Amino acid sequence: MPSSDGAESPALLEARGLRRSFGGLRVLRGVDLTVRAGEAVVVAGPNGAGKTTLLRLLAGLMRPEAGEVRVLGRPLRGDGEEARRPIGFVSHQSLLYDDLTLAQNLAFTARLYGLPRPADVARAALESAGLAARADDAPRRLSRGLIQRAAIARALLHQPRVLLLDEPFTALDATAAERLREALAGRLAAGLGMVVVTHRLGEVWGLATRVAVLSEGRWACDEPRRGPLETFLPRYLGLVGA
Amino acid sequence: MSEAASARRLVRRGSAVTLLALLALAGVYLLALGFTPIEARQGPAQKIFYLHVPAAWSALLAFSLVGLSGGLYLWLNDRRLDRFAASSAEVGVAFGVVMLTTGPIWAKPIWGTWWTWDARLTLTLFLFFLFVGYLALRAALHDPSERARFSAVVGVLGLLLVPFIHLSVYLFRTLHPQPVVLKPSAPSLPPEMLRTLLISTLAFVLLYIGLVTIRYGVALAEEEREGRLDAA
Amino acid sequence: MPEALRLALAIAAKDVRAELRSRTALLSAVVFAALVLVVFNFARDPTAIAAVDLAPSVLWVTFALAAMVALNRAFTVERENGALDALLLAPVPRGAVFLGKLLANLAFVGTVEAVTLPLFVLFFNVDLGHALPGILGVTALATIGFVAVGTIFSAMAVRTRFAELLLPVLLLPFMVPPLIGAVQVTSRLLADRPLSEMLGWLRLLALYDVVFVTLCTMVFASVVDE
Repeated sequence: MPSSDGAESPALLEARGLRRSFGGLRVLRGVDLTVRAGEAVVVAGPNGAGKTTLLRLLAGLMRPEAGEVRVLGRPLRGDGEEARRPIGFVSHQSLLYDDLTLAQNLAFTARLYGLPRPADVARAALESAGLAARADDAPRRLSRGLIQRAAIARALLHQPRVLLLDEPFTALDATAAERLREALAGRLAAGLGMVVVTHRLGEVWGLATRVAVLSEGRWACDEPRRGPLETFLPRYLGLVGA
Repeated sequence: MSEAASARRLVRRGSAVTLLALLALAGVYLLALGFTPIEARQGPAQKIFYLHVPAAWSALLAFSLVGLSGGLYLWLNDRRLDRFAASSAEVGVAFGVVMLTTGPIWAKPIWGTWWTWDARLTLTLFLFFLFVGYLALRAALHDPSERARFSAVVGVLGLLLVPFIHLSVYLFRTLHPQPVVLKPSAPSLPPEMLRTLLISTLAFVLLYIGLVTIRYGVALAEEEREGRLDAA
Repeated sequence: MPEALRLALAIAAKDVRAELRSRTALLSAVVFAALVLVVFNFARDPTAIAAVDLAPSVLWVTFALAAMVALNRAFTVERENGALDALLLAPVPRGAVFLGKLLANLAFVGTVEAVTLPLFVLFFNVDLGHALPGILGVTALATIGFVAVGTIFSAMAVRTRFAELLLPVLLLPFMVPPLIGAVQVTSRLLADRPLSEMLGWLRLLALYDVVFVTLCTMVFASVVDE
């Protein structure tokens, strides 16, 4: 669905009134979010603000107590298999099996998404992630940085339209981080929508089209990115009350 | 704050009902000991019957309601159903203890053995274990929504297990004749005994309602306290 | 439905592949089963009870204990690195995820049973003879049911700190009907009894499988959807 005649492109991801609590702890207290093609929303906020919970709700890994998430117009429910297909998710865990090689892990992902020739798709993805030499190693034999690269390759394998990333730059060295930024920028230009949760705004500031700050389960701000990070930081500190 | 108030009200009402039920039970025993004929073959030991049978029936009632409200919870996702299921399971296990202690006390003089693998005994014993496991699972889980979902699943599966245990134990028994023992005196109960039994059953159902109400109120108060800690 | 089945098979194949790479769990379960058989042999007074009288119960208690060990690991592999999230993110129906895990567990428990059976014949000096096809059949029939329930309970138990303890406590009551049935049919098979004497039990076992496989497939979503 490419955007037509200069009007706002259709929403890839739409969340309305999300609420979620754990026991008595109300983590999210009514959160709206719309992500359109080419948009990269950076979500910041202090520890415990509900960033990871928000991401898991958007990925359909958690059900909201109130509110709804729609992906390409389809509601995200337990039985909404097709609604989940366009989502790519990079968690703070690798989501890889320690008893399988990287190639086997990615080939399994390809099978879950019904991609043709899973083994070839997996090899190609590992190659473009610079992991071709380690394709037959199990994740437990890899450094954290390499595991993170494999985890990102897994999330991108099925060419998602919406990418949800939880601290994606963790453990990546400078070169790998730069390559990831380039890859993400390329996909944004091609019409991907993205939500990045991070504590280190500097790593994604260049990519971001919008900045949103989560504080005590609500948006403290959600605005287009303007100017350099240095001008935003004092405002951020004010918003989270630090 | 209205939740705290309604929790307090529930506990108060539940306590009143429980007190009433205990008084009724005391009455039942006056009735049973003083005004109900002594069973000819079993003698005074049969008196425990008025405690044992209603306890067993109410335990089964409690466990069935755990399964039913579990099924409803999976469908409707209403937290009240989970609170009720948890309360009912606890009271059911308590009644189960009454049932499993009074049973052997009666069986020893009458059957000549503390325990036998009779179909009904076996069924109730496994149900009791199942719901002890249910409570253990609840205790091991901390997230309330996870606890509610998991225990609802166990409740539903448990409800469906009952006919299977019953059937397999029944098949087992009919094909392997038991040593000759006296049958529980279920058929042709004299009217005085039946009356006492029915009154006792009513008292137990009342006791069930009272205890579940108290337990439900306590659960509500706990949740309310957690919520307030969060708001603070 | 074929699509769901294809996905279930992919998930099961993944588990089998992972197990073949590590082999630790399978080996421990087999050794465990062998040890249980040995211990049973010493728990029996050979002058009082003939091995063949005890054989069906010994066989099934061993199968049950070995299955418990096997089921404990079913969802621990999914817990590592949050891999279960990847299964739930994919466009795979929850029921297909359950069936995939069930098939993998059946392969696992089936392998342990296949190794245990010859050991049992050896240790207990039982002549299976022409009872073998029947025993294989009743083993499959009984195993499917309790492994289905065990699969869903193991998905729950891994969320607690006492998984190894909680799984048997929850599962054992559910093992009662299949175990009683399997023991009864096995002893009749060994005694060369006619099929009509086993039919009631076989019906019960089949009904148990149908009811619990269906029900567990349906409620699995409630276990994994947070």
